[in-house]
Amino acid sequence: MAKLAINLAGLELKNPVLTASGTFGYGTEFQDFIDLSRLGGFIVKGTTLHPREGNPYPRMAETASGMLNAVGLQNKGVDYFIDRIYPGIQGLKTNILVNVSGSTVSDYVETAAKINELEHIPAIELNISCPNVKEGGMAFGTRCSSVSEVVRAVRQVYRKHLMVKLSPNVTDIQEIARTAEAEGADSLSLINTLMGMAVDIRKRKPVLSTVTGGLSGPCVKPVALRMVWQVAKAVKIPVVGLGGIMNAADALEFLMAGASAVQIGTANFIDPAVTVKIIDGIEAYLDANGFGDVREIIGII
Amino acid sequence: MKKIIDFTVRENRPLTDTLFFLTLYAPELPEVAAGQFVNIKVEGSPEIFLRRPISIFDADPAAGLLYLLIKIAGKGTARLAELKKGEKLNILLPLGNTFTLPGKEERILLVGGGVGIAPMHFLAKTLRQKGLHPELLIGVRSCSDVVLRENLEIVAPLHCTTEDGTFGEKGFPTAHSVWRKTFDRIYCCGPDPMMRAVADHAFRKGIACEVSLENTMACGIGACLCCVTETQEGHKCVCTEGPVFNTKALKWQN
Repeated sequence: MAKLAINLAGLELKNPVLTASGTFGYGTEFQDFIDLSRLGGFIVKGTTLHPREGNPYPRMAETASGMLNAVGLQNKGVDYFIDRIYPGIQGLKTNILVNVSGSTVSDYVETAAKINELEHIPAIELNISCPNVKEGGMAFGTRCSSVSEVVRAVRQVYRKHLMVKLSPNVTDIQEIARTAEAEGADSLSLINTLMGMAVDIRKRKPVLSTVTGGLSGPCVKPVALRMVWQVAKAVKIPVVGLGGIMNAADALEFLMAGASAVQIGTANFIDPAVTVKIIDGIEAYLDANGFGDVREIIGII
Repeated sequence: MKKIIDFTVRENRPLTDTLFFLTLYAPELPEVAAGQFVNIKVEGSPEIFLRRPISIFDADPAAGLLYLLIKIAGKGTARLAELKKGEKLNILLPLGNTFTLPGKEERILLVGGGVGIAPMHFLAKTLRQKGLHPELLIGVRSCSDVVLRENLEIVAPLHCTTEDGTFGEKGFPTAHSVWRKTFDRIYCCGPDPMMRAVADHAFRKGIACEVSLENTMACGIGACLCCVTETQEGHKCVCTEGPVFNTKALKWQN
């Protein structure tokens, strides 16, 4: 029985499998299908200072081996999370991370400061990479100057593990990664969705109400894997890989490319029990190939 | 409790060029209620990535049988139409809310358009079992689109409109003579313009109306927030807070 535990710069994970923000609700949506305590952790949906209605319907388009979404950070705001959601999930025996998003630096700071007070939230994932909001979101994550500004500001108020989620919609992911590291990020997660679009030729209109949306699913996996590999070489802090992971073999590819942990996103929509299958599959691979500890394969390529 | 279950195709019966009727078997079929739906994994093509949400025509949990009336609307349903007896089908169920059941004395009209007759059949059967006597009005294009008539006539007095007048009364369902009777409650499922017309009709008569929506979905369990509809209280997920909505809650009468 290979050891699966990972220490992610102080954040103790019982195994390297997390779930991606926006694909796992508040965890409770999946309790009929899996025992949440089996997960290394889960990341609750993008949370902002004020409630957001998100973008108009239609917000989703199926693509070959993937999907586009333009949800636009629909959520009821950080106070709702603290008052109504947190009490019901704080006792779960797994790591709960909150994905924090905002339109301005002060939004990010205020939201992160509120989450900092929650005893059972050991980390936040700073979302500077959402492609589906007009202000903020990805705009922060595509220029080094704004990455620097927002990570530095949040670092001053947030004292626990700070994971920064990077956008793939950039020319040089390594310089963005180095910037976040320099400003005090404890870990980096990547990739958020790739910006894409779809056209309905029958209506002769874009499928999505917002025209463009974020592409996810197995179609983005090779791009995600390449970027994780590049970033893992560029920084000293741990990297969390995500993008199109559908099974244990996909997850193992990311670990071998240098990710210390992975997030499962879109796959949860197809199989709500996929996360535990991936945990079991990683363990089976390690056992079958004579590895005593998952850490032996991280960055092995 | 929601489950992921492998069903076996017992029968796949083509009804028209675009409609087919699936009989599926699983030994441990959970209880399902009228209004709920299932989310089906469709194998065989990378272009069919997401599950396909389908409403329930009928279910017999004691016998492990699930009945689905499906319309070929795209690649996913076209693949389902090709299923052969004995093939396996991975299904997530039961999903969504249910129709609000009426009081004992209420006079009820169910209106189904096209493939929207599926949940209306299941609801009519449920109401009959509770001692109620709903009437069923279906609206289709032409007489060849009147399917499963024997199943429908068993559960409720059947009224029909066809656009070309080849069966029942000619015109749209809102123009049918059955509306001269008094009803206390309307349930409807069908194409969006039809549901809006029926909702408007019910609204003007002061009758309560529930509709079953069919927005495009990804997860079906309230995680992705893709299938939202606009309500008086903001965006709500059709998969978990619907598919059944009271039309007063929707932003339709503005």
